[in-house]
Amino acid sequence: MAQDVKPRIKLPKSAAAGETVTIKTLINHAMESGQRKDADGNTIPRSIINRFTTEFNGQMVLDVTMEPAISTNPYFEFEAIVPEAGEFKFTWYDDDGSIYEDVKKIALA
Amino acid sequence: MTRTKTIAAFFGAAAMIAGPAFAEPVEDTLILNEEIEMVTWTDPSPAVDGALSEVISGWHFRGDETRAMQADDFDNPGMMFVEQARDAWETVEGTAGKSCASCHGEADDSMKGVRAVYPKWNETAGEVRTLEMQINACRTEQMGAEPWKYAGKDMINMTALISSVSRGMPVNVAIDGPARETWEKGKEIYYTRFGQLELSCANCHEDNYGRMIRADHLSQGQINGFPTYRLKNTKLNSAHSRFKGCIRDTRAETFAEGSPEFIALELYVASRGNGLSVEGPSIRN
Amino acid sequence: MQLSRRNVMIMGAGAFVAFGLPMRASAAAEERIAEFTGGAAMAETGITLTAPEIAENGNTVPIEVSAPGAEAIMILAMGNPTPGVATFNFGPLAGSQYGSTRIRLAGTQDVVAIARMKDGSFARASRNVKVTIGGCGG
Repeated sequence: MAQDVKPRIKLPKSAAAGETVTIKTLINHAMESGQRKDADGNTIPRSIINRFTTEFNGQMVLDVTMEPAISTNPYFEFEAIVPEAGEFKFTWYDDDGSIYEDVKKIALA
Repeated sequence: MTRTKTIAAFFGAAAMIAGPAFAEPVEDTLILNEEIEMVTWTDPSPAVDGALSEVISGWHFRGDETRAMQADDFDNPGMMFVEQARDAWETVEGTAGKSCASCHGEADDSMKGVRAVYPKWNETAGEVRTLEMQINACRTEQMGAEPWKYAGKDMINMTALISSVSRGMPVNVAIDGPARETWEKGKEIYYTRFGQLELSCANCHEDNYGRMIRADHLSQGQINGFPTYRLKNTKLNSAHSRFKGCIRDTRAETFAEGSPEFIALELYVASRGNGLSVEGPSIRN
Repeated sequence: MQLSRRNVMIMGAGAFVAFGLPMRASAAAEERIAEFTGGAAMAETGITLTAPEIAENGNTVPIEVSAPGAEAIMILAMGNPTPGVATFNFGPLAGSQYGSTRIRLAGTQDVVAIARMKDGSFARASRNVKVTIGGCGG
């Protein structure tokens, strides 16, 4: 699954110091639940993203434990406080050991 | 008892449990990214020839959450595949050493309006071409590359990109001149009953849109929103794949994606939606 | 196709199972709750769970949770084969104790959200979501 996985992130380019901003993230991933069977009746093994974190300048915003009931192409919307200019770091952890990362800078308005 | 009455009894039974809240298309306005106001409910064009009193996008037959998901490009998972196609657009393939961009530059400019007029008569080839056929003609004739599978992932992603840059423009396929014969053939297929259930496209999508089929709404079967991201299979689906599914559900041997029958049917069904905004990639159930 | 009495009955039966039978909460779900709360009592206020009354498709059901003052919110689908959905853990820079995602529901069932507040108390909200099976081809 590690190939072709491409996160999408939406957040403002700038914010006032101390402002709360809305962040949306979407990542393409099959999130194979481990409940499905293939054409021969064999169970397709579970293969999901099991954790998603967002940090800002090294401080935690949100840490989500994800289970097989999260839909294909996982989507999250949440809010973060922006105390200063800096960088959001988004990380997705795959069952297969792959880690998908993206960073977005935000300036003070 | 006639077949029509049988069908009516079936719909009646389903509607009883589903309740009235689910029956009619929802009155709502689709504004894309708080910017583009889409035409999703309009008067029929002459191509409809009196068969419908109004032309309604499938968007109106979906639930609140699904309609909202399509209104914002970030919330729309179909747009992930558009981004993948943007990479493919720039990728050099084939013996000529070209990418799509080598000839067509920026897709946002050069492809604007293209989706709206396809399927379209190609004078040189002497045939009605779907967007997929045109893409493969580019690949084999201009790029010296292998054609893509008609309803495969690469192809559908590319049609999603090309469609996305025409969103908000009215569908306007030509049905006169040399395309007429193909259109007539498509019309004949639309009204032909298929399968053990002996259902035509029209039996559901013309006679019974706005009613329930089991626990779901029947739309007019418009294809202005294709390719569409279906919640059911969480991927993009082409119009031909949807046609195939519909005909299969009548318990018939179906036609293949890219077959002459489906090319003709696509032209005819597209023409019934002339005037609706291009919506693809839309979100449907 | 002739409309016989038998066919009518089959069609009727088809219509009535359209929403399916509600799926019962599993022992696994109860265990997850006990694990998260340590058996503590849960308030019925202080947490909001938003979910559609009728989900268009069980594969992609949008939900939102909000619990001002929470450090964590656990979401469970009580009738799924494995009840766990997600746990939101809010860090010091969380702008609110709010999260929205899209989830899978195997059928009509209760979705439950439980918040663990900073003061160690718990709050619980539950929503019944009816999952329809589709029209043609499910």
